[in-house]
Amino acid sequence: MQGTSREYNESVKALAPFFDIELTDIEDWNCCGATAAHSVNKNLSLALPARILALAEEQGMKEIVVPCASCFNRLSVTQYELAQDNELRKKITETIDMPYEGTVKILNVVQFIDQYIKDKLIEKTVKPFDYKVACYYGCLLVRPHKILKFDRVEDPTSMDELMKMIGSTPIEWGFKTECCGAGLSVSRTDLVAKLSGNIVKDAADRGAEAIIVACPMCHSNLDMRRPEINKYLKEDVTVPVIYLTQAIGLAVGADPSKLGLQRHFVKVTTL
Amino acid sequence: MTTNHAITSRIQQATEVDVDLCYQCGKCTAGCVLADDMEFPSSYLIRLLQTNKEENYNKVLQSNTIWLCLNCENCIGRCPKEVDIPRLMDYLRTESIKRKCVSPNAKPILSFHKSFLNSIRNTGKLNEINLIAEFKLRTMRLWQDVKLVPSMLVKGKLKFLPETVKNRKNIIRIFNRTIKNTK
Repeated sequence: MQGTSREYNESVKALAPFFDIELTDIEDWNCCGATAAHSVNKNLSLALPARILALAEEQGMKEIVVPCASCFNRLSVTQYELAQDNELRKKITETIDMPYEGTVKILNVVQFIDQYIKDKLIEKTVKPFDYKVACYYGCLLVRPHKILKFDRVEDPTSMDELMKMIGSTPIEWGFKTECCGAGLSVSRTDLVAKLSGNIVKDAADRGAEAIIVACPMCHSNLDMRRPEINKYLKEDVTVPVIYLTQAIGLAVGADPSKLGLQRHFVKVTTL
Repeated sequence: MTTNHAITSRIQQATEVDVDLCYQCGKCTAGCVLADDMEFPSSYLIRLLQTNKEENYNKVLQSNTIWLCLNCENCIGRCPKEVDIPRLMDYLRTESIKRKCVSPNAKPILSFHKSFLNSIRNTGKLNEINLIAEFKLRTMRLWQDVKLVPSMLVKGKLKFLPETVKNRKNIIRIFNRTIKNTK
């Protein structure tokens, strides 16, 4: 969120003043460990997110918004696992040397918008985002449903609803929740080109003028990996990939450069 | 006739996943985006485990299947018996590292994970430049993605002075108490 995905961070923060929201960083936050941690060590994959949640508690936060879908997933899974198993919770609390209650409410970016922005969204829209859009949810925002309890697993609609409110026409398409290849972006770029290529192609074939995302991993695979994708597809697909928060920002009249639109690899000039 | 359940029991004890619930409907494999690229797909992997044969267990631990799995959770979303395959994959990967039998074909994937974790161990926050530098050295893929660098610079996407967690000792202790080493 500070490097390759900084425009996501910028666009979330740029929205706040339009809706009188004050956002504060969790002081001294650390990385959640993502796929790397849970692939090689379970306790590490729980301890890193637990430290973040414990810090939020210590700083008196009741609710946190986690824009990255992977972080949202890892924090939610940790909270769930530690609530299920007292022994494990004791062990992880000892590992991080901090008290942990598990009381912080974790919101993903769509839940955050639903809760704090949605009511005022239609009245605040000054420049409708009047395009055909493919809302792409990916994996980690909606699965595992048992833990995240967010939207529908196979055909989620929450982003589509928000995009309609700012004047877009969401398309029906087949790849809303198919995986983009996620953490294999560097180690197996060939596979990411295939998986992300299938997603981008379906969206473009069905007439999408933009793909809307809420995950930095999905964004970088669909956007930064476009040369590899186009090589795999043997065609030049130019549909841009835009964060949900950037689309809303444009609709409410935020400065495009503050939303970081210039940082995308696939140019957003058509919009 | 006595049946040997040594392997499936051990898995269940460690993960709470009961692989015997699987009746081979194949929905997980049908929905898996990388099934075609794996040595064998998830439903076949479960069947190998169900046999409780050490040679089949080794085949699983040595396969690229467990490393290609993206934990996208499509399989468990569709499994009629809710066999938690992603959770099982996490366990199998850890076992495969412990037994030092990681598929040669999957080494770059593990190298990426290790580089990622080392970056967090060092600063508490992911530093993409350090991550990529270590990955390149580990895999000797020195020229990979070099073409991206100029445009990443223009777009302000490379952060040269990464932030560090203030309580670094806390992070190092967490690593020492869990994974110990990521060499």
